[in-house]
Amino acid sequence: MSVKIKEYAGTPLREEDLKQGKVLLVDYWPKANYIWSAGTAIGRYLAELKNGRIVGRQCNKCGRIVVPPRMFCESCFRPNDRWVILKDTGVINTFSLSHITADATRIKEPLIPAVIQIDGTTDAGILHLVGETDPEDVRFGMKVQALWKPPKERTGSITDIKYFRPIGR
Amino acid sequence: MITKKRVAVVGAGMTKFMRRAQETGKELAYEAARMALDSCGLGIEDIECVTMGSAPDAFDGVHMKGEYLIDGAGAWRKPYMRNYVGGGTGVFAPIHGWQHIASGLFDTCLVVCEEKMSSCRPHPQAAFLTIFDNLTERPLGPNLVWIFALEMHRYMHVHKIPKEKIAVVSVKNKRNAMDHPCAQLAQKITVDDVLNSEILAWPVQRLDISPTSDGAAAIVLASEDVARKITDSPVWIDGVGWNLDTAYWTNRDLYYPQYVENAARMAYEMAGIKNPREEIDFAEPYDPFDYKELHHMEGLMLCKKGEAPNLAWEGVTQRDGKLPICPSGGLLGVGNPIAAAGLMKICELFWQLRREAGKRQVPGDPRTAVAQAWGDLMQVGTVVVMRA
Repeated sequence: MSVKIKEYAGTPLREEDLKQGKVLLVDYWPKANYIWSAGTAIGRYLAELKNGRIVGRQCNKCGRIVVPPRMFCESCFRPNDRWVILKDTGVINTFSLSHITADATRIKEPLIPAVIQIDGTTDAGILHLVGETDPEDVRFGMKVQALWKPPKERTGSITDIKYFRPIGR
Repeated sequence: MITKKRVAVVGAGMTKFMRRAQETGKELAYEAARMALDSCGLGIEDIECVTMGSAPDAFDGVHMKGEYLIDGAGAWRKPYMRNYVGGGTGVFAPIHGWQHIASGLFDTCLVVCEEKMSSCRPHPQAAFLTIFDNLTERPLGPNLVWIFALEMHRYMHVHKIPKEKIAVVSVKNKRNAMDHPCAQLAQKITVDDVLNSEILAWPVQRLDISPTSDGAAAIVLASEDVARKITDSPVWIDGVGWNLDTAYWTNRDLYYPQYVENAARMAYEMAGIKNPREEIDFAEPYDPFDYKELHHMEGLMLCKKGEAPNLAWEGVTQRDGKLPICPSGGLLGVGNPIAAAGLMKICELFWQLRREAGKRQVPGDPRTAVAQAWGDLMQVGTVVVMRA
């Protein structure tokens, strides 16, 4: 704000002002529904999760092996070349101890979201959760392995992996 | 880069920032635009084109928000376009306006940024959740705070940064905001207050985060010849840059914002800046979270990688320090109506470089400053260099 300007616009409202009807309101609840095709690369990725496998894609030009897979290399901007069956192990690249859920509900026992670099890939990794550990014990670089749902319960979703759990301690 | 015309900021205005404004988005946009015009003595008839920055339509529940806001933005029957790069919008909008004039197409441009987040119930955070990948991430039930927590934690891990060296940023900005008449969260708090505030997703705590806000800001741009007729003290936009990283955000090393560096290099080259650490007098990097101010100081090459927390801790970035950072009070103190918050930083550069910032005025003889914003899926950097 400039010293040359003495007055500025804007009228603050409190939550109570809305509840007490001090201002007129119009309420609106959108109802939207979507169905997303998983596409070529993520379609195969999800199908392989149902098989209990994590797959990535490799570009022969730059050599990168990436997951989640895509059918093109965004760096070389050409089709990438082959599917790579990866291990279901990796290391924790970064993590958080979250006391809030998706809708910001407070939880005492934290969720542990993490970026997990899957063994055999060249770039950082995927978003998933870490489980079966005391939150205090989670460390950068910790080795983890996927805990899969039983085959009958898998649906072809990232949640076919329940979470990643520490190994080799 | 060859440009046809040098571009100046000649006027600026903004509304108060607040959690919930009675005014509609159009009314907020009007108030800021009107103030910017009045500040340089121009009428709407003097404006040849208008550019509008506003972030997701989902906040308002109004599709095509640019078109909805046109009348409040002063763009009735004028060449008009909305721009949007998420949180980076507020510093991209003046770049968009700069393009209109530097290209030689126009001599004046009104740049307006508006955000009204309070309409989204119960909390505008819900509108952010759809930024996560619809196929591979949303089924995990992510919260927006997660990506910041993951980035902040990675940054802290790589450089071995203790939390208190980040918390000082929140303390500084909320205190700086006490001198800003439009501020929403001006407060005197301590490092301990930040460290003892509620843990949302470690390492992110309540007082690490800027608020959600309603508000608007506006500036008037003019070509060199026209600017010199309007004012004796134009402030020049001498460098602009923008850059986006991959949307596969988990495939990046989050410890460093390479895309901000790329945007800064573009802007510095245009402005003829070879050594930003020596040539930039003060800066307004984007600070929606306290660690982001430090992350962005490094991306803007105002210090070495990992060095920003020490500069903050040692007081170098205080308003009376050697390198004042966010003298306005930033998003943490003034508030964060997304697009308007970015343009507020451009307004601050304008007022500081014209010596009009009053109690907020950085000491000495500031001649060159940089503002920056950041957003989309943690992937865009937008940078503007301004000179008195």
